[in-house]
Amino acid sequence: MKLPPLDYALPRSLDEAIALLSESEGQAKLLAGGQSLMPTLAFRLATPALLIDLAAIPGLDRIEITAAGVRLGARVRWVDIEQSEPLRTAHPLLVAAMAHVAHYQIRNRGTVGGSLAHADPAAEWPGLCVTCDAIIEVIGPAGSRLIEAGAFFSGPLSTHLAEAEIITSITLPAWPRGRRWGFQEFSRRRGDFALAGIALHYDTDAAGRVLDPHIGVIGACHSPHRLRAAEQAISGQVLDDVLIEACAQAGSAEVDPPTDLHGSARYRRALVHAMLSRALQQA
Amino acid sequence: MTSLDGGMGHYTDRLLHCENAVSASFAFHPVDGQPFVGQSIPRREDARLLIGRGQYINDLALPGMLHVAFVRSPVAHARIVNVDLSAAERAPGVHLAVCGADLLRALPPVQDQQLPLPAKWKTTVSHKIFDPRQPLLAIDRVRHVGEAVAVVIAESRYLAEDAAERVVLELESLPAQVDPEAALAADAVVIHQNASSNQLAEFAIAKGDVESAMASAPHRIKRRFYHHRYAAVPMECRGVAAQFDERTGSYTIWSSTQVVHWLRREASQTLGVPEARIHCIAPDVGGGFGGKGHVYPEDLLIPFLAHQVRRPVKWIEDRREHQQSACHSRDQIHDAEVGFDNEGRVLALRDAFIMDCGAWNPVGVGIPYNTASHLCGPYDVPNAAISARVVATNKVPNAPYRGAGRPEAALVTERLMDLIAHTLGLEPMEVRRRNMVSAQQMPYPVHLPYRDGVSIVYDGGDYPGALQKAVDAIGGLPAFRAEQAAARAQGRYLGLGLGSYTEGTGVGPFEGASVRIDPSGRLYVAAGSCPQGQGMETIFAQITADQWQVKPEQVMLTLADTGAISMGFGTVASRSTVNLSAAIHEASTRLRKKVFAIAANLLECADEDLELRNGTVAIKGVPGKSVSLADVARASRPGWDSKRPAGMDAGLEETYYWEPSTVTWSYASHAAVVEVDLALGRVKILRYAIAHDCGVVVNPMLAEGQIIGGAVQGIGGGLMEEMAYDSEGQLLSGSFMDYLLPTASDVPSITVIHQETPSTLNPLGVKGLGEGGAISPPVALANAVCDALSEYGIEINSTPIRPEAIWQAVKTARASHA
Amino acid sequence: MKQPITLQVNQNTYDIEAEPRRTLADALREDCGLTGTHLGCEHGVCGACTVIVDGDPMRACLMFAVQAEGRAIRTVEGLAAGATLHPLQQAFIDHHALQCGFCTAGFLMLATSLIERADPPDDQELLDALSSNLCRCTGYKNIVNAVRAASVALRQR
Repeated sequence: MKLPPLDYALPRSLDEAIALLSESEGQAKLLAGGQSLMPTLAFRLATPALLIDLAAIPGLDRIEITAAGVRLGARVRWVDIEQSEPLRTAHPLLVAAMAHVAHYQIRNRGTVGGSLAHADPAAEWPGLCVTCDAIIEVIGPAGSRLIEAGAFFSGPLSTHLAEAEIITSITLPAWPRGRRWGFQEFSRRRGDFALAGIALHYDTDAAGRVLDPHIGVIGACHSPHRLRAAEQAISGQVLDDVLIEACAQAGSAEVDPPTDLHGSARYRRALVHAMLSRALQQA
Repeated sequence: MTSLDGGMGHYTDRLLHCENAVSASFAFHPVDGQPFVGQSIPRREDARLLIGRGQYINDLALPGMLHVAFVRSPVAHARIVNVDLSAAERAPGVHLAVCGADLLRALPPVQDQQLPLPAKWKTTVSHKIFDPRQPLLAIDRVRHVGEAVAVVIAESRYLAEDAAERVVLELESLPAQVDPEAALAADAVVIHQNASSNQLAEFAIAKGDVESAMASAPHRIKRRFYHHRYAAVPMECRGVAAQFDERTGSYTIWSSTQVVHWLRREASQTLGVPEARIHCIAPDVGGGFGGKGHVYPEDLLIPFLAHQVRRPVKWIEDRREHQQSACHSRDQIHDAEVGFDNEGRVLALRDAFIMDCGAWNPVGVGIPYNTASHLCGPYDVPNAAISARVVATNKVPNAPYRGAGRPEAALVTERLMDLIAHTLGLEPMEVRRRNMVSAQQMPYPVHLPYRDGVSIVYDGGDYPGALQKAVDAIGGLPAFRAEQAAARAQGRYLGLGLGSYTEGTGVGPFEGASVRIDPSGRLYVAAGSCPQGQGMETIFAQITADQWQVKPEQVMLTLADTGAISMGFGTVASRSTVNLSAAIHEASTRLRKKVFAIAANLLECADEDLELRNGTVAIKGVPGKSVSLADVARASRPGWDSKRPAGMDAGLEETYYWEPSTVTWSYASHAAVVEVDLALGRVKILRYAIAHDCGVVVNPMLAEGQIIGGAVQGIGGGLMEEMAYDSEGQLLSGSFMDYLLPTASDVPSITVIHQETPSTLNPLGVKGLGEGGAISPPVALANAVCDALSEYGIEINSTPIRPEAIWQAVKTARASHA
Repeated sequence: MKQPITLQVNQNTYDIEAEPRRTLADALREDCGLTGTHLGCEHGVCGACTVIVDGDPMRACLMFAVQAEGRAIRTVEGLAAGATLHPLQQAFIDHHALQCGFCTAGFLMLATSLIERADPPDDQELLDALSSNLCRCTGYKNIVNAVRAASVALRQR
């Protein structure tokens, strides 16, 4: 399982990286943490001629917390999020989800930008971005643009990134005080990809009614998406057991999970029900 | 072997360094006079392994060494139309590329059945066995995904893999047989054209009169049980390195094998070279568990290639290759029926089963015969009839893995025990107790032949006692039932599962030991056993130290090296401690006679006046009147100044090959408490206890390590691990992303209770324990899940116990209740 | 095309020549001769190849050698201080936390980074982190016990 022949470049700026990407005519791949890319190369499922390592580009590893929200540079690692004290209050859902991301060593290298570009539907981070209406900033030969996370993924392991575009940052909208959240996932083992997972948050009014619920599915999908019917089921209502059940049913009805060795579509649908119900109870 | 010595300098230096490090840091000082057997002595192996100086096959670097990559079949079943090596041959750094057709011209066909069955078995058991004889590389057909088709040798593994990608296979697809029952159909495509069908073997054994006992039984239960396919999956994959020495015409083969002498024999036959010109060594081996317990095609092909290119050649199996070419195991379908009386006593047991052996059958009926001969387990079953068929499919070949047929037997028998209990409204523990062979019945004749051809006799122990101890260790039955009811009232589902087994251990035909007194006075032992992490260097030093009244650090050992002893069998089947301890004992006993005779000559006394004392031979009751073992060794030397008694041969070395009369029976009971999350189907193990008997325990710490390690493999197999195939014969578990080994979070704390009934069949009273831990967990967990879900009447009769299967069973049961 | 790469491993400098595709694990084993780091899966699951890079444990099969240039690498060979074993190594002996030894270096390096942290992990964190590596022999119990004991021993030094 030795990696295929390839060249390696370590550009010092985004401009340089974009130029390398453009020149490669689709034969290059970006390298961030490499924690998904390198296994793919080891199985020779991808054979890029050139890897462009983003490690030396300044400014991509910053975590900024502003009134607008949490802005994560594309090269921010899972461990940076886990260890960030301010993020615990600035975005508790984000921090909670990190505990489910891969393994300890992987979290020391895996990055938020890399994970989005890899676009694994069973990964936590893409699902979280979709749930939280994250804004993804990308830069390419024509300059930079913003993409809503909900419009970023085009299917399993594929995105709407253009050929020579690079993810530079992800912004999660500001987290109001008192926001309720839940994160639940089921995987066969600790650190494995989710068979099904739910990330959710909502606010409440003075009467305790659910406002602006965001519910996203992970794993039991072809790419992560919001569960609109489930959100609809609780929006404007005070949560109780009956409502939680109705929401869980709505959510499990609107997913279209894949079938594989570890679980059939029917089973994953039931898991969505259970995860959604538990995430609401957790919130 | 000049070239070899030059190449091995670095390697041997490191080994020597390690041995020194070991003796320095492992001086162990027990209470004087206490035997070392029975003590938890730290392992002498540990130091080198902990400082990164282990010597695994991939750490071997010889000057000029070339590297190998295989081209393996991407499909399950196809006719090979053409293998085009030309592009690979032109690739950078390539020295040689070979396909099956090339080999056929260079080497004789592969020999018959690797593991011969004893004549006694052949005449006792009705059987038919066909050996399809696996070639070293596929010739006319590929028969499973991962079967080696061609091989490339290059300057580095990177370059070899680059070139292997350029080999063009022209394959004509054939229907894949993935279901062994379908493969038996009259119109099924036959996988081996020289066989008449896909059935490669069959046999039947019986005792008593099953027909009439079953017919007259007050109750009968008939079920189908399926034990799924999983595998040893050691952390170190396989690996082989070889070098040909031009001067002597000899080969050195380093392999991560469990059977160096067996490998030497096969290599001798395949390469056409006398055994004396083949030297096989297994260096540090990163786990075997049976998966490295027979000779693989690569073991023979790599030395052949080393001869072809006249350079050292190394092949390291990568994980992808391992999943699709190292043997899998288990994979049996049983149709079993039990007849029993109103008290739950078994009257008759009938079982007809199929083993899916995959594309080849490297060890004949070894596994299914184990299943059959262990099916009655610890129970007094008066009538039994067991028949087996071995069926070829387009999957990875099936070969022994820790337990080797016994987990499958336990799944059948132990599920049936619970089903009997359920039928009669009895506690599963009570049904087991009523059926178990009691301590008073020992030795207990089973009246079925073992695979050595000898009629089985359980040689001692207290089966009900072990069961009770295991259940007590999880809190006792009444306490658990109360806990279970309380949990249920809170909406939680707890279950208790039991799994008992018996295991024939220490099987023959033999293992030998050469024991020598080194001129330094230290003991030197050489043997054919091959460790892969069991701690053999430690325990055999303990055993030898007791034989000679020296400290374990005075004992040197060479294992897994055909250069050190002329015959050996190897480490499989829970046999090494049993056979080798006996061989060391016998060789030592003989050698002691000679040592005493020489010492008597030196001390001018009679042999009978002497005893071993702190590394010396001393006159009984006379302090200071002694000679050291070093003095005796010097006196034994041939030559002018020898001080041997007249007429005695020179030298102080004895070799003894122990041939056990038959196996000695270990046994255990496992008790598992689980909680089932119904919405997810997830099983969490809350408590787990094992009460076992392996006779005299040589090193309790290491024994417990073996048992727990085995149990965790059983838990992995029970709940997670699976070699799954799709309908086209594609392996779905081809990586560690999809083959789910248990992690630290997946395993419970396991309590181990030793129950020591010394074996009467060998001088030290030991029984084997390497495999036992892995036998019971799948069925104990299945029983526990059934117990947790008893209100739904759910039966788990197949493994693995996937969360989805539980979820589905609950869903179905709820639907039928509603 | 091979290129010169300088690696700092266990405070020694290794000037090697390697292709860009060479993993750090292969470079350590084959170019630096540090064969204590093992390859169990080469796709980032088993953790046998875990080494410490700039203080953090990483899977050396999921990193290019060229990426490790200029960074401080620690491998199992650097754990003992001369003839004195690291407390973790001693704990592995005392608790029988290894059998075949193949996964051991990975566990040692993972655990070293954990117990050397300023805020050592509690039992749950420890179990979570140790679940990142696979062992096929021990059943893990003794590994977890050894790491826990070493964590205490290290703090008492």
